[in-house]
Amino acid sequence: MATLVQAVRLALHYGETYLGVTDIFGEDVGPPLGGVFTATQGLKTAWNTPLDERGILGMAMGIAYAGGRPVCEIQFCDYAFNTIDLMKIAGNQRWASGGNYEMPIVLMTPSGSGIRGSLYHSHSFESWASRLAGWKIVMPSNALDAYGLMLSAIADPNPVMVLLPKALLRVRGEQKIPGEPEDEEELKRMIDAPVGDRTGWQPRWPPVQEYFVPLGKAALVRTGHHATVVSYGRTLPLCVKAADELRDSDGLEFDVIDLRSIFPYDWHAISQSIMKTGRILIVNEDTEVTNFGEHLLRRVIDHHYYDLLVRPRVLLGQHIPGIGLNQEYEKNSVPQLPSIREAMKALATEEA
Amino acid sequence: MPRELTQTEGNGLALAADIVSGEYSLPAERCLEIFRLMVRARTMEERMIKMSKSGEGYFWIGGPGEEAFNVPLGLQVKKGRGPDYDFLHLHYRNSGTLIAMGMPVLDGIRQMAMTWTDPHSRGRNFVGHYSVPEWNVLPVCSVIGVNWVKAPGTAHVQKRHGGDGITIVVGGDAGTAEGDFNSCMVWSTRPGHELPVLMIVMNNGYGISTPAYTQHSELHIIDRGKPFGIPGEVVDGNDPIASWHAIDRAMRYVRSERRPYMIEALVSRLYGHSSSSGAMRVRDERDCLAEFEHKLIEAGVLDEEAAARIHKAAQDECEKALEQALKEPKPTAADVRRFTYASSDYDVVYPDDYTGLPNGD
Ligand SMILES: Cc1ncc(C[n+]2csc(CCOP(=O)(O)OP(=O)(O)O)c2C)c(N)n1
Repeated sequence: MATLVQAVRLALHYGETYLGVTDIFGEDVGPPLGGVFTATQGLKTAWNTPLDERGILGMAMGIAYAGGRPVCEIQFCDYAFNTIDLMKIAGNQRWASGGNYEMPIVLMTPSGSGIRGSLYHSHSFESWASRLAGWKIVMPSNALDAYGLMLSAIADPNPVMVLLPKALLRVRGEQKIPGEPEDEEELKRMIDAPVGDRTGWQPRWPPVQEYFVPLGKAALVRTGHHATVVSYGRTLPLCVKAADELRDSDGLEFDVIDLRSIFPYDWHAISQSIMKTGRILIVNEDTEVTNFGEHLLRRVIDHHYYDLLVRPRVLLGQHIPGIGLNQEYEKNSVPQLPSIREAMKALATEEA
Repeated sequence: MPRELTQTEGNGLALAADIVSGEYSLPAERCLEIFRLMVRARTMEERMIKMSKSGEGYFWIGGPGEEAFNVPLGLQVKKGRGPDYDFLHLHYRNSGTLIAMGMPVLDGIRQMAMTWTDPHSRGRNFVGHYSVPEWNVLPVCSVIGVNWVKAPGTAHVQKRHGGDGITIVVGGDAGTAEGDFNSCMVWSTRPGHELPVLMIVMNNGYGISTPAYTQHSELHIIDRGKPFGIPGEVVDGNDPIASWHAIDRAMRYVRSERRPYMIEALVSRLYGHSSSSGAMRVRDERDCLAEFEHKLIEAGVLDEEAAARIHKAAQDECEKALEQALKEPKPTAADVRRFTYASSDYDVVYPDDYTGLPNGD
């Protein structure tokens, strides 16, 4: 099975071959490196830019104005902060001009902790991003969704930000991308650039197929009647694991919702699950003050106050200035499997 | 024969001699065209300033004092849609450019009056914040500096596309302190990927209240292009003839060489920064319109009566436009969300446009 980052690469290949992508660019995105996480190896429209995030976003906007279809990369979301006004502008161009201009850009950027990245390679971005009206924001938690969300991001004529969970980039999917070869070693030989000299290397692309994951559609990845957990990105597989463990150890069964799209979000999926379980926990690793999960919690309280059996809750990253390198810092500041399992168990077992 | 000539108000003036300014000249007919457009742009701005004071509009910002450059710029733009034509990343003082390109005064007034019929922003944005897709006029943005990073993007597409369309980007002198100005130079001179960007800095000597000489030590802003190999020139932006030729030279270079070029136009700011600083007429700066009018009268291609008629016609045009705009529909509560999203087959929540937060029923 393809890894998440291979899935992104396959999607970009599909995008530049069939969906009209004209430019894939960013720092170290073109040859020889093909991206610091290898997301853009071997792509025919990939090119290197100056080390200038504002320039990258401005380039994307300009290309879109002129009729191109750009996909740009900010190397780590930690370095997207100096572009936030440009993001705001990209998101408002259609509204500001009364529909005169559209802004079909895709911005992809690795987000979150889990690679021992310390202070400046561990940030989360989705809560900041969720405040950018006019954008759509997605965050896959597995390879197939990464492929399908990336294709939708490319095809959608609005600005779409694809947040890639750093910690999961090398994780293999459980489901095959349509057209992916059976043998993962074969896929590697086909599309991974060799280590060392790459002059003359060309990828052999497998015949990947169209596969769209609609924007705004969550996935119910486990079903259960005891409680609901909503997550996405790095913490999603941890919630799934915790749910499986609690099912085996305690007989507790959870609805686990992979939100996939941060905005627009699948309120229907959340709402329906709450009506079934009356218990909800929202898990993500962004810092806890003015966290996107808090917005969801507000919606839950507004719409389902009288449907809840116990207090709704969140499990989020601590409001501290950074994630420290010694793993004690990271382990104790962003949600990990034990704290997630504990929160889920408490949610499901609290007396109504 | 000024008297005879004015009876036709310029028609038939092809016979008149060229108007000379220093080492440059332009045909009299062209000068009269520029003059009329300058008058219309100035009159529109002055009417808008009144609107900001009378409550028919709110904030005013604009370009009185820049017409001698902005009108010749608008007349020389390769006007159209798509990469074959020029892209314009304009400043908020470019009304002279839009008037010269053919924008009806009514459309400017509509934006000031915040009507739903305002074709630039539907009553959403400040005056002078134009957006005209048919002419590649990109949405003007109040955020200083960002034009400089968006411009290489349109130029990148034009370079690849071929043809002679260029990207024109305009900003003020103070705004060149933003890193985005540097970005524009870096991105348009990447070796082997040089871009057809015409960088125009309108140097009025101020950023709101701060004099440029208190913050900048470079002699000329264009000097900053030198290490990037970007040729440039400083032009007297109060002189439409000199400006016309500087723009012509710059455009020829960028269109054919497909590389950047920089113009620094020294201009006036005749009503201060904006309505926030009172929009009071400044008396100690050069007035390009008065100067040009004088020059044309001196040269005998215009007389005072003809000039007065031109001013009067522009005033009547503005009054009529205002009367019309005030009758037109305003945005309503139902319009608040419109035009947020383009419709999409890939979005199950907002397939058509934004409709508020998703509901779970
Ligand atoms: C990024 C940013 N910072 C500050 C402002 C507030 N502001 C508006 S205009 C202006 C001065 C701009 O001066 P200059 O670039 O010389 O242009 P001018 O107004 O003189 O034409 C400032 C500081 C802004 N709009 N954007």
